Amino acid sequence: MEIEDVLCTFCGCLCDDIRVEVKEGRIEKVRGACRLGSSKIMGHNRIKSPMIRVNGTLKETSYEDAYRKAAEILVSAKHPLLYGWASTTCEALKKGILLAEEIGGVVDTTATVCHGPSIIGIEEKGLVGSTLGQIKNRADLIVFWGCNPSEAHPRHTLRYSSNACGRFTPDGRKGRKVLVIDVRETRTARNADRFLRIQPGTDYEIISALRMIIGGKAESLPENIAGVSRKELIEIAEMMKSAKFGAIFFGLGLTHSRGRYKNVDNALSLVSELNSHTKFVIMAMRGHYNVTGVGQVLAWSSGYPMAVDYARGAPYYNPGETSCCDLLSRRDVDAALIIASDPASNLPRGCVEALAEMPVIQIDPFENPTTLFADVVIPSAIAGIEAEGTAYRMDGLSLRLRKLVDTEHPSDVEILQAILDNVRRLRDDN
Amino acid sequence: MIIKGGIVYDPANGIFGEEMDICIESGRIAEDARGEVIDASGLLVMPGGVDAHSHIAGPKLNTGRIMRPDDSRIGTEPRTRVCRPSTGYTVPNCYAIGYRYARLGYTTAFEAATPIIEARHTHEELEEIPIVDKGALTLFGSNWTVMECVRDNDLGRLAAYVAWGLRAARGYGVKIVNPGGGEAWGFGSNVKSVHDPVPHFDVTPAQIIRALAEVNERLRLPHSIHLHFNNLGRPGNYTTAIETLELLKDIKPSRMRQVVHVAHMQFSAYGGTTWKDFESKASAIADYFNQTNHATMDLGQIIFGPATTMTADAPLEYANARIGHQKWSNHDIELEESSGVVPWVYMRKMPVNAVQWAIGLELALLTRDPWKVVMTTDHPNGGPFVNYPEIISLLMSREKREEEMKTLHEMVRSRSTLPSIEREMDWSEIVIMTRAAPARILGLEDKGHLGIGADADVSIYDIKPEEIDPSKDHAKVKAGLSRAKYTIKGGVVVVRDGEIVAAPQGRTYWVDAAVPESDMDRMLSSLKEKFERYYSIRMSNYMVQDAYISNPFVVRAGVQPLKEVI
Ligand code: SF4
Repeated sequence: MEIEDVLCTFCGCLCDDIRVEVKEGRIEKVRGACRLGSSKIMGHNRIKSPMIRVNGTLKETSYEDAYRKAAEILVSAKHPLLYGWASTTCEALKKGILLAEEIGGVVDTTATVCHGPSIIGIEEKGLVGSTLGQIKNRADLIVFWGCNPSEAHPRHTLRYSSNACGRFTPDGRKGRKVLVIDVRETRTARNADRFLRIQPGTDYEIISALRMIIGGKAESLPENIAGVSRKELIEIAEMMKSAKFGAIFFGLGLTHSRGRYKNVDNALSLVSELNSHTKFVIMAMRGHYNVTGVGQVLAWSSGYPMAVDYARGAPYYNPGETSCCDLLSRRDVDAALIIASDPASNLPRGCVEALAEMPVIQIDPFENPTTLFADVVIPSAIAGIEAEGTAYRMDGLSLRLRKLVDTEHPSDVEILQAILDNVRRLRDDN
Repeated sequence: MIIKGGIVYDPANGIFGEEMDICIESGRIAEDARGEVIDASGLLVMPGGVDAHSHIAGPKLNTGRIMRPDDSRIGTEPRTRVCRPSTGYTVPNCYAIGYRYARLGYTTAFEAATPIIEARHTHEELEEIPIVDKGALTLFGSNWTVMECVRDNDLGRLAAYVAWGLRAARGYGVKIVNPGGGEAWGFGSNVKSVHDPVPHFDVTPAQIIRALAEVNERLRLPHSIHLHFNNLGRPGNYTTAIETLELLKDIKPSRMRQVVHVAHMQFSAYGGTTWKDFESKASAIADYFNQTNHATMDLGQIIFGPATTMTADAPLEYANARIGHQKWSNHDIELEESSGVVPWVYMRKMPVNAVQWAIGLELALLTRDPWKVVMTTDHPNGGPFVNYPEIISLLMSREKREEEMKTLHEMVRSRSTLPSIEREMDWSEIVIMTRAAPARILGLEDKGHLGIGADADVSIYDIKPEEIDPSKDHAKVKAGLSRAKYTIKGGVVVVRDGEIVAAPQGRTYWVDAAVPESDMDRMLSSLKEKFERYYSIRMSNYMVQDAYISNPFVVRAGVQPLKEVI
């Protein structure tokens, strides 16, 4: 049986046109996805059974025991961290938020270590954006700044941006200009009409210079700005101003270089100001397929998009204080529930060491380096393949994930509900 | 349950402040009842409040929350045995929205604008709002399919699309915002009048509005079209308002209601040519409403202090951001709409703000028939809905208005007629503007009144209407309305002495309209092509799935007269 219009739960493109061949309850073939998506959908390295660490080694156990043990860890912790969420459904996070409210924990998402600075930039300036379809139908200039969709979001260009055809862009790639701004010549850069190579850590200066040129103050600039000639920047500013509809996509190149959220703040201002000349929008290239959704769910539940601390009974948010890296490096949390993410591979070393020292519960379909120090491991159904639910694409569009095959594993929602039930039971007993 | 001895206001049933008992059985008003007795002796009793225009759920709300952590800090309340935590003032979290409405005695609130493609998000948030019944209006005013049907003068196909769109969005009614302007904004421009053609589509806003109004009546939808005028928020725009209303005068309503509901009239009742000679034209608008019978309005009253403006009128938000030097979010929605969010502050000493404040009150006080006016702040555009008691006390007391005007820029006196208005509203008029009229305007037959069989949504306030004089005791009126003594929702006591005591899940209303199959087929074949070529998602992933509405209330409508489905 072929299932059509399946959503790919890998990257923030959240492609929804995948075809999946299912035979006798198993996935046989994936059509239409890129290689990243196919390999995720085909599956690998599943954790087979729940496990609890006894005397230093993980031992298989029942789900019931794992839930109970997880609840014990959370109830006896003073300030637990519930981290991850970007690769599961919004429904799972809803349960997680309820759990955090009841145990006085912190909910943080992988956004704090990737596009967290972008969110802080948005708090400063707002976000002038659009859905991806608007860009596909209208944009005649696409700018990729510090991102490399050819490797990280392989179908982005064809479905939504430089190569997509739409109502006012019938000629696709031929009808539009592509500008890449990056510190190295990526594959995306090689396919651009123009590549502006900049020195690492100079994004802020370059954006500021473009803002000055667009604001009519080019003559106040020096001949050379952070290694780029003024003439070249004037040409680029002209390219932007003369577009009918321009779109900037930016990646971790902007958020993880010197300046961080200030770079994004500056880029948002640039786009805002470009709108007094022409139409321009900007969008962050979000990585995990539902990292946008977790920000949305947290915002409507707590008022804040990440790093929310429920220790005081009401949401408290102060990135730099309540984000996972800060909490871990201050040793301000004493247990962690890690779901749908791999902090062992992605957090700074000091934070990983802190994690390894405290009791850790891991909920994930797949083994990863975090499993190496987890004390309770609970394998889950893969959202979007074995369980339904909601995810938000990088442009904020919400979509419903399909269930393609059955599984013996419970979904993240069921697991979190079971842990919550156990937490309530333990509390009543006390 | 029996509510004993209250002074009941139920103007829809001709009850204007009579001492009587209200009986509730199985969530409805009944002839008699047993069980709990609520002593309401001498207290003000009325149907639960109905908000017909409020921005309570969806992408733009969340954009507001994300760009305003400063606002989320205000109004923080921790979790209780019954309640999830609350945050926010102008952009409250979902839980706070439900609790705060209930504390005011409101039991129903409708989200005013949601694009079809983003309706799933809207419903995710509506699901998280506790207690109140709710629904969402669906945006059609800059939609490619709508404009193409209008251009082709094919109202059958348009009716099919509207019915399909409402079903896809699980929407309740037809919302039109700055028609055509959302499309023009796709390339950074706008439409300037109702006769200014929409670029690339060969239709005018006037044609879009008229066609949608005709189709709305063909489909016998419970609500009329719900219209945010072109040129909203600009000096001199009252002429656009009247010109637009004139377009709709000859359309016959298919139900006992208006043909057009005007959203937040205050923002479209402006005279002058610039902000310098800006003045109120509320009296001209009120005159128009007094002379005609096809339109109703909600106020969009402003409240001094912080607000967050959010609307599908994206060019307006761009202008706001420029005028206010504010942070600005914009969101264009492929094939359908555009929108924007800008934080705002209304200031007493700012001439324009002072006059805007007067305009809302003038509109309410100069329009003779309260059934034509719904009290709103266009939350959170004019200010947050928690300020409704402030507005009611202003409408009921000239003395309070005078006191307020002393604190405002003097232009409030020279550029509006408010100082000369003597009218003070009575409780019946207030109940009409906050309950009976919005329910009738939305077509909610079981709401806004306390007749037998109506939903048992009742609010009881610690106000003794036979003892206090709202004209003088306006502070007591405001305090009493801010914390309901009891709010009863569907027969369940949800508020007691101003505190939330229960938080049941409310219902979500949406409209399922039937159209002839041939029209639907014709429409679908052209729509399919749009999905193949222009949308960035697949048609099969577009519709809001049933999973997103846990407690639906489906209202049937359609081209053919249908038997009422119970
Ligand atoms: S681009 Fe991203 S969402 Fe699309 S198929 Fe590839 S990995 Fe999946």
